[in-house]
Amino acid sequence: MRKILALLVILTLLISVAPALSQDMVELRIRWYNDGNEGEVLRDLLDSYEMENPGVSIEIDTVPYSAILENLPLDLAAGEGPDMARVTDLGGLAEYYLDMTPYLSDPAYWEDNFGPFLNWKRLPGDMSSIPGFMTQLTITGPFINRTLFEQAGVDVPSDMSDEVTWDEWAAASVAVAEALEIPYPMAMDRSGHRFAGPAISSGAMYFDDMGHPTVMDEGFRDMAERFVNWHLDGTMHPEMWPLSEGYAGANEEFANAELVFYMSGSWQVGQFSEQIGDAFDWQTVPNPCGPGGCTGMPGGAALVGIASTEHPEEVAAVMEYLASQEVLGEFAARTLFIPAHAGLSASGVDFDTDLQLAKDSLGVFVGQVGTLEQTAFDLQAYGNNRTVFNAARDRLTQAMVGELTLDEAIARIQDDIDTALAEQG
Amino acid sequence: MRLLSILDPLTRPILLLLVTVVDRVLTPFQRRIGIDKMGYFFVLPNLLIFGIFVLFPMLLNFYYAMTGGTKLFPEDRPFIGLGNFDNLFDCGDFLSPNSCQEDLFWRGIFNTIQFVIFQVSGIVVFSLMTALVLNRKIVARGFFRSVFFYPVLLSPVVVALIWKWVLQHEGVLNAIVEIFGGESTRWLLDPNWALFWVVFVSVWALMGFYTLILLAGLQSIPPELYEASSIDGANNWQDFRFVTMPLLMPTMFVVLVLALIRAVQMFDQIYVLTGGGPGTRTQLLVQYIYTTGFSSQIQLFGLSAAASMVLGITLLILTLLQLRLGNQSSLA
Repeated sequence: MRKILALLVILTLLISVAPALSQDMVELRIRWYNDGNEGEVLRDLLDSYEMENPGVSIEIDTVPYSAILENLPLDLAAGEGPDMARVTDLGGLAEYYLDMTPYLSDPAYWEDNFGPFLNWKRLPGDMSSIPGFMTQLTITGPFINRTLFEQAGVDVPSDMSDEVTWDEWAAASVAVAEALEIPYPMAMDRSGHRFAGPAISSGAMYFDDMGHPTVMDEGFRDMAERFVNWHLDGTMHPEMWPLSEGYAGANEEFANAELVFYMSGSWQVGQFSEQIGDAFDWQTVPNPCGPGGCTGMPGGAALVGIASTEHPEEVAAVMEYLASQEVLGEFAARTLFIPAHAGLSASGVDFDTDLQLAKDSLGVFVGQVGTLEQTAFDLQAYGNNRTVFNAARDRLTQAMVGELTLDEAIARIQDDIDTALAEQG
Repeated sequence: MRLLSILDPLTRPILLLLVTVVDRVLTPFQRRIGIDKMGYFFVLPNLLIFGIFVLFPMLLNFYYAMTGGTKLFPEDRPFIGLGNFDNLFDCGDFLSPNSCQEDLFWRGIFNTIQFVIFQVSGIVVFSLMTALVLNRKIVARGFFRSVFFYPVLLSPVVVALIWKWVLQHEGVLNAIVEIFGGESTRWLLDPNWALFWVVFVSVWALMGFYTLILLAGLQSIPPELYEASSIDGANNWQDFRFVTMPLLMPTMFVVLVLALIRAVQMFDQIYVLTGGGPGTRTQLLVQYIYTTGFSSQIQLFGLSAAASMVLGITLLILTLLQLRLGNQSSLA
C-alpha cells in the first residue's frame, strides 16, 4: 500500500511538472477551409516545418467555408480568434490582422512578390502592413461541357470568336440543352461576386465619383435584367438562386453532365480534375463580353496572421516558410491553384497533374488576368465588398420570384448597402 | 434504507459515505438558516444556471436592442434608444412589406403567421386523429405507435435533407407522379407549394411527439365514463364530443402551447429544406434575426436583437393568452 501511495505521489508530481517541462513548445492554430485537397497539402508542408522546428506544433482546424464567413468574424471581434486563418473576406476583416513586418526577416520579399495583393488585406489608408499572403489567386470565369456541344452539333462560340457575348453563350447553351434534353443550359454560382464580373462587362461602375458603392447605373441594370429573365425562361438553373440561402454552387450538376455552361471560377479546377477527370471534355472559356469589357472578377483566399495571437514571432516564422517561393510553388503545383506570387508567375508552375484538360483550363484562367477591368480590381480591394455582393445576390433573387420588380430590387440593393455602411459609421 | 438494500455491495458504502458527508455539512447549515429557507438553497443551482444562461442573455439582448453600430462588445456600442424599433416599424402600409424600411422583417412576420396557423392546426388535427386511432384496439398497435413517433427521433436537418431529396425536380415524388402519367413539378420553386411542403414536412416530423402526449391524455380518461355514455345511448360522435374532448382539453392546451412556441421558433428544418425560398417565401422571423445579426458582412446586432425582442414579446402574449383561455376552459 505504501508503495502504491509513493508511486501515486511521484506520478502526481510528474504531471504537475510536465507543463513546465513542455513550456517551450508553442502551439499554433490555423482556422482553415477546403475547396479541394489543399488541407492535405498544407498538412504535409507543415509536417516538414515541424520536423525542422521541434518547438512548434501547428494544428489545422478545418471548418466549413460558411464558418469562415460567419463564425470567424465573431470570434475575431471577441478576441477569441486562432493564430492564423484562411480568409476570403480579405479587406472586411483587416482590422484583426497581425502586421508581421517587425517579425519578418525580409519584408522586401513580401512587397516584391505579393505587392499588388497586400492592399486587398489592408485597412483604408494603410500602405505598409504585411498581414499575410494569398494562398491562391482566383479568377471567375465559365466552364463548358465541350462534349455536349459536340454531341448536339452546336458550334462552341469561343472557337469562332475571341469576343463572345453573354447572349451568344446563352443561345448556344440553350440549343445544346434542347438538342440533348439536358436539364440546365446555364448556371452561375449563387454569389454577388460571381455576378459582378458579368455586370462590369455590361458597363456597371460599382462606385460613384465619390468612391461610394453604387448599383444605380444602366450597366448593372442591363445585366441584372438579363440575369433575372434567364431564370424565368429556364436558361439559368431555375432552383439554384431562388432556393438557397447564402452561397450555392452547381458543381454536382456540371460533374454529372447535366449542365452545359457553368459560371464559376479557377478554384474549381482541382475539384473537377478529381470528380470528372476525363469522363468528358470540360473546358474553361474566356469571360463573355459586353460594352464594359470581357471581365471576370479577381479574388482568392489568403492566409493571414491574427493580431490577438500570443506568438507573433512564431506565426511570422511559419508564414515566411509557407510563403517562400519553393514551398508556395509546391503548394500551388499540388493544389492546382493559381499562385499570387510574382516570382512564381514569372517562373511558371509545373502543375502536378497529367490531365491536359486541367492544364488547359488553368492556362485560360491565367490568361484572363490581363483582361480584368480596373473596376473589378477596385471592387475586390474594397473592404465592404461582401455587403455589396450579398445585397445584389439576395435582392435579385427576390426579383426572380416576383417579390420585387427589377427596379425595386435594384433600389433595395442600394438601400441595403447605404444602411449597412451608415451603421458601420 | 430500502434503497440501500437493493444496491450492490460496491455502491452501498459509497452512497453511505456520501450521505454522511452531506449530512455533516448540511445539518449545521440548516440549523443556522432554518429549515424553511433550505428550499431556496436547493433550487439555487438551478436558479444560477437559469440566471447565467437565460436571464442574463435576455437582459443583454434588451440592451443590444437599444444600441447601434456594428461593434460586438456592449461598451463599444452607442446607445440609440428605440432607434432599432423605429426602423423595424417604419412602414407606409403595414400590410405591404415593400412599403416598409425593413421589408424582410415584415415578410418574416407574415410568413411566420401563415406558417404558424397552418402548421399548428395541422399538428393538432393530425395528432388528435392519430392518437384516437392508436388508442383503439387495432392490429399492430405498438408497431404503428413506433412508426408515428420515429420521425421525432430524427434530426431536423436529416428530415429536411430526406424531404429535399423527395421533392427535388428529379426526386422521388416526381418519379411517382410521372408513373401515373402526371407532369413533374418544381415543388419547392412554386411559392405556394413551397409553403405547403414546409408545413407538411414539419407536421410529419413533429406530430409523433404530440400524438404521444394526446395518447397519454386519452388513456387517462376513465373507461367507466364511456360505459356510462354507452348505457345512455350515446353514439361514437357523442362520445367524442361530450366525453373525450372535454376531458382531453387540458392536454390539448399543452399541445397547443408547445406546438405554437415551437412553430414560431422554427428555423433549421426550413433553412435546410428551402433556404427560406423561393425568394423569401418561407423565410420566417427567426431566419431574419439570424441573417441580420450573423450572416451579413456588416452585422446589425442591434436590429437583430430588436427583432428578437418583438418575437419574444409576441410569444409571451400568445402563451399567456392561451393559458388564460385554458384556465377558463378547465373552470367551465
